[in-house]
Amino acid sequence: MIDLIIFVTLLAVGYGFGQYAEKQHYASIRKRELYLRSIPVIASRIPPHGNPNYDSQLVSGSVVISVDYFKRFIAGLRNLVGGRVTSYEALLDRARREAILRVKREAKNLGAEMVFNIKLETASIHKGKGNTIGSVEVLAYGTALIPNSQ
Amino acid sequence: MIVSNLEVIPGKRIQKHFGLVQGSSVRAKHVGRDFMAGLKNIFGGELKGYTELLQESRQEAYERMLEQAEATGANAVLNIRFSTSSVAAGAAELFAYGTAVILE
Repeated sequence: MIDLIIFVTLLAVGYGFGQYAEKQHYASIRKRELYLRSIPVIASRIPPHGNPNYDSQLVSGSVVISVDYFKRFIAGLRNLVGGRVTSYEALLDRARREAILRVKREAKNLGAEMVFNIKLETASIHKGKGNTIGSVEVLAYGTALIPNSQ
Repeated sequence: MIVSNLEVIPGKRIQKHFGLVQGSSVRAKHVGRDFMAGLKNIFGGELKGYTELLQESRQEAYERMLEQAEATGANAVLNIRFSTSSVAAGAAELFAYGTAVILE
């Protein structure tokens, strides 16, 4: 009985705080994406032709995000019937966008015009019971091209 | 030292090529951070402690790679890649590698 009460409390707490945190995070992501839109992030390996007056510097951004208790429970249920696991989709989407935003912020601080050859790397760093995903780390890195004034 | 994950640096020519340089670092989290992470696993959200921890160890891997590049006499490292793998429960390996070259 006690176990059940604890479980339901954890679910409720996870649901409440998790939804709130996700909403806040998405709002902040959207705001910063709008603000940093002037710096394009390009996945091409070859730098732009013609104008060699760029300094280049490596920039990176990383974030570790955890999914809440409620969503993990839902994902566990999802494993029984199969299909899209939307709770993890949202988690990874948030993590990737946040990592790219951190790259852009670093690039902006350096006065860069664009970021080239962006690479994304995902690792699950905390495995819970039965190999469930606890939290993911996403690292984004690329080369910032800074116009030099020669 | 120019460090970049492009294969070519705009406006610069590769003069000499030294091959692969690499650096790695394995870190474990400490109990306090692990406890906080356990709480965050219920509430959801960013684990700032882990973000910092991984950033620090990635920086260390990166610096080890640069040391190696300097030892070969290179002045640039191109085509850098980062990779993460969890080697044991509670420990992660951060790995950085690239190509050491001399740019003119």
